[in-house]
Amino acid sequence: MKPNKSLWAVLACLGLSACVSERVVLLPEPDGKPSALVIRSGGQQQVLDQPYEAVQRQGGSLTATTMPAAAVQERFGAVLAQMPPRPVSFVLYFLEGSSELTPESRAQFQAVRQELASRPVAEMLIVGHTDTVGDLRGNDALSLERASAMREALKAEGIDPGAVEVAGRGERELLVKTGDEVAEPRNRRVVIRIR
Amino acid sequence: MIKPQWLLATLFVWSANHLLAAESAGTVKRVSGQVQVERGSERLKAGPGMAIFVADKVRTGSDGAVGITLKDETLLSAGANSLLSLDKFSFDQTTHQGAMRTTVKRGRLAVVTGKLAKTSPETVEFHTPNSILGVRGTEFALEVNAHETE
Repeated sequence: MKPNKSLWAVLACLGLSACVSERVVLLPEPDGKPSALVIRSGGQQQVLDQPYEAVQRQGGSLTATTMPAAAVQERFGAVLAQMPPRPVSFVLYFLEGSSELTPESRAQFQAVRQELASRPVAEMLIVGHTDTVGDLRGNDALSLERASAMREALKAEGIDPGAVEVAGRGERELLVKTGDEVAEPRNRRVVIRIR
Repeated sequence: MIKPQWLLATLFVWSANHLLAAESAGTVKRVSGQVQVERGSERLKAGPGMAIFVADKVRTGSDGAVGITLKDETLLSAGANSLLSLDKFSFDQTTHQGAMRTTVKRGRLAVVTGKLAKTSPETVEFHTPNSILGVRGTEFALEVNAHETE
């Protein structure tokens, strides 16, 4: 029997890593910050540190190349279209010693709601903070109360509380550095990180 | 003396409980076409909101694509005919310490790295059949054309 040529080619590939071709391209950061990727393969190493630099691995060796934006779009457009939305943060502020939002932040809360509604399967981490008025333990409790109050408010808006994690950091991570027992409105806050 | 089979049984129960108690590593955000998650011997149809766990394999069909966000805010999107596995993932929400390893067996994957890549980039790795990618605060895309079938 004469072996089928294309079948032989497939068989030759099984278990042979040399016939797996790979391609990697570095994409630009949205903020233009530098970034880099290190590719190691069979004792070889390539560093990509400019947007659209690429490396191709074929026949067992790495080759440096570039993949312009148009080529990235052609090859990866459908993949990139499925990328989950980038996480965003909101900061809301509270009245002194309480877990009640300031009037300005109450308005901002609506922006949080809108953001949540616009996302596929939004998840959140809400971290509460306080200023330095009061003792450390009391502020740990107050910061957690603030985060929990936000979770309750979102629950009332129909947001699944299972998708919300809360934490309190008390006066341990001040936004504005102050001495002890200083009332500072900008430190009385929650940071809502939506992913 | 404890019989070895008892010990094995105990270990098995312990690890099963451990698995059940394990926290998810991420969440499926977007799905189009055929996407399957392989978890142990289970084959689950992926949909938005599905939790992803360490050791899960994600397989997309010829019309499939999927977007996943991990807890450290790593964003992953895979195209058609892809197979990836989340080999390793741990992340402390407070300290941002942990580690992750994702393997792309075949197909196309785009990545926006998250907090782990900022806090401890040396613990973040992407593997392909022949290469290991290390990241330094990075967005990238990769493709593996494998003739193997798995």
